[in-house]
Amino acid sequence: MSETDSETRDAGFDEWLDAAEEDRAYYLACPNDHGSLPPRRVCPDCGATELEELELPESGEIQTFTVTHVPTPAFEEDAPYATAIANFGPVRITGQVVGIGPADVETGLEVELEVTVSETTGERVLGFSPV
Amino acid sequence: MSDVRVAGVGLTPFGNAPERTSRDLFGEASIAAFEDSGVPRDDVDALLYGNFMGELSEHQGHHGPLMAEAAGVRAPATRYESACASSGTAVRDAVMRLRNGEDDVILVGGAERMTNLGTAGATEALAIAADDLWEVRAGMTFPGAYALMAQAYFDEYGGEHEDLAHIAVKNHENALNNEKAQYQSAIEVSDVLEAPQVSSPLGLYDSCPISDGAAAVVLTSEEYAEEHGLEAPVSISGTGQGGDRMALHDREYLARSPAAREAGEEAYADAGVESADVDFAEVHDCFTIAEVLAIESLDLFPIGEGISAARDGRTTADGETPINLSGGLKAKGHPVGATGASQIAEVTKLLSGNHPNSEFVEDATTGVAHNAGGTVASATVHVLEVSE
Repeated sequence: MSETDSETRDAGFDEWLDAAEEDRAYYLACPNDHGSLPPRRVCPDCGATELEELELPESGEIQTFTVTHVPTPAFEEDAPYATAIANFGPVRITGQVVGIGPADVETGLEVELEVTVSETTGERVLGFSPV
Repeated sequence: MSDVRVAGVGLTPFGNAPERTSRDLFGEASIAAFEDSGVPRDDVDALLYGNFMGELSEHQGHHGPLMAEAAGVRAPATRYESACASSGTAVRDAVMRLRNGEDDVILVGGAERMTNLGTAGATEALAIAADDLWEVRAGMTFPGAYALMAQAYFDEYGGEHEDLAHIAVKNHENALNNEKAQYQSAIEVSDVLEAPQVSSPLGLYDSCPISDGAAAVVLTSEEYAEEHGLEAPVSISGTGQGGDRMALHDREYLARSPAAREAGEEAYADAGVESADVDFAEVHDCFTIAEVLAIESLDLFPIGEGISAARDGRTTADGETPINLSGGLKAKGHPVGATGASQIAEVTKLLSGNHPNSEFVEDATTGVAHNAGGTVASATVHVLEVSE
């Protein structure tokens, strides 16, 4: 993105993507050990307001997935692509599966975070790649 | 506690009418509802109106007063937005206001203009019912979200695409005689299995269509209905609402809908009925898998058994618990903001013998309407009973 094309960042979320790109992804932990994703000021499970950034486990496991053939306009050039929910322990995350053909994605596949870009818009997209 | 009577219902045809504004659609539905009810417009105390994507589809916010105008009602009007459960939540608030004596007559309903956006535009607009940061920006679409649930269901409880296909076939069959339905055409299991994929394992025929349409319902207190000698034999005897985390990945279950279970339990308790008393239901089958999750959440079928209910003929028109005799969202259509109110209209017509499919539920006394928003982060359930 050029400087003249300055779009407002989403506080919390864009910082998280920056961190994930630098291999230091984190999750938010409350004093009662509930995990959640930013931006967040309150633990959605117990209402605690003291949230700490803890290191996200390096790999997660795909719990469910789909291959999308009819995308929104923001992913028109990307389809078909696989979207999955992966379990990283304290949190589960939704992402696009990259580095493997959509037909080869399966439940139980071990993945790590990989921030990629939409072929359609050039925007950053949260992705998973097989370990 | 006073019952709430359904005095009149009105629906536009659901379908493809890109040129029609939502005010035009709701105007038509409200005329039908007032004619059906015999209630004068002057007696309306409030309009509660459901709409989801008006800003995106027709550059229109602040729908409440606009729709009061369209309906010819001089009363305070409020818009309800809970994604696809928008008018379900409007109905619930109307019921509570009538019960506590705040109001005597409420016009409740909803409308949605969608087809003018085209498939890509409507897909984008629907997607905003999900978590924008964590789901939509990862490429998740709405069919994609339900596909994630379908795959999780198959992995956890078994079942396959062919089981889902029977749900689509059944709902198309039910819509054959429904003159308001978007699709009045029969399909076969092979049509569903061979249709283009939308988001695997769901294909085109597992998905409800993009629809334009409106629904309006005139609700009154029991006292008002009796004082004015209304012919209003159906009452809303139970209401419930449940909620869940916004993003699917933050839920305890990927293949269950606890918000709908919570709403159902609350509505049953409120009405003083049990799931075994339910004769039939209109449920939110935006995708075939959604009907499975709905009938399990409503405790009409045990968890893990909803998947085979249509295939086994247990939810067909002549089955033990007919589901979606209107054709459901799948065949009747799903103009998002209108859907919850339209389900109330369908259940009312079925219970009062005024529906083309009433013959299948001739002796029925108890029907249920289940309306879900997003990937069921919102859900409302209403119990309707024949009260006279």
